[in-house]
Amino acid sequence: MDPITPTHYMLLAAALFMIGVFGVVTRRNIIIIFMSIELILNAVNINLMAFSLQWGNSIGQVFVLFVIAVAAAEAAVGLGIILAMYRNKETINIDEMNVLKW
Amino acid sequence: MFETITFYTLGGLVLLFALLVVSTRNTVHAILFLVIDFLAVALLYASMNSMFVAAIQVLVYAGGIVVLYLFVVMLVNHKRPPEEHADPNRRNWVGAAMTAAVLGELVVIGVYASLRPAAVSASTTTIGYVEETAMVLYTDYLIPFEVASVLLLVAMIGAIVLARREL
Repeated sequence: MDPITPTHYMLLAAALFMIGVFGVVTRRNIIIIFMSIELILNAVNINLMAFSLQWGNSIGQVFVLFVIAVAAAEAAVGLGIILAMYRNKETINIDEMNVLKW
Repeated sequence: MFETITFYTLGGLVLLFALLVVSTRNTVHAILFLVIDFLAVALLYASMNSMFVAAIQVLVYAGGIVVLYLFVVMLVNHKRPPEEHADPNRRNWVGAAMTAAVLGELVVIGVYASLRPAAVSASTTTIGYVEETAMVLYTDYLIPFEVASVLLLVAMIGAIVLARREL
């Protein structure tokens, strides 16, 4: 079998990214949509790690740490918004969260 | 050979559990699949000799973020499953077709890129060690590092304000 190249990691990350996008556009449970966003961020991290390894440069790993920090912040604020929304609308279905729809 | 087997096993696990996350009906099961997915990604990092990022992945994702998700699922009471109240204007197959198209495009780009002459691969073997990462993080990227800490503080305060009872 061929040795593992960055292209293999890129294809894996592309598949994981599109699984995440699929979850975002097809699910209605907002918690599952947030989990899909975490999958997308993981796909980006895999790409960064693969390129960091290919070029022998640590900057990719530093950016993975930044992405993880931003993902933690996003999860905290997003889940707070879900709680506030649930308290007001009694639903976690995004099809019923349409108060801003005209 | 060992590296190849490791990559295909872990990659298969990552994709399988990602598919289970986006396809399962039970939210708690989805979170448990998400934990396994994050652990598989951490093992993938470990197989790339990046133990520090693998440890951070386990600590932050599998340890912190997932616990946050579990708390929210416990706080949000499911009186009725959200998937049963479908918007009649919703077209799920359009989303599926568009994701499949973009995935195909990315695969074509990846295969095309792999057919071109390979880039020079650096021979540094210390990549992934915590010394290398910390040296870059605390010299060239010191200001973004501090900004990230401020961002986390702002997110913490924002989450507390948002989750208060009287908003």
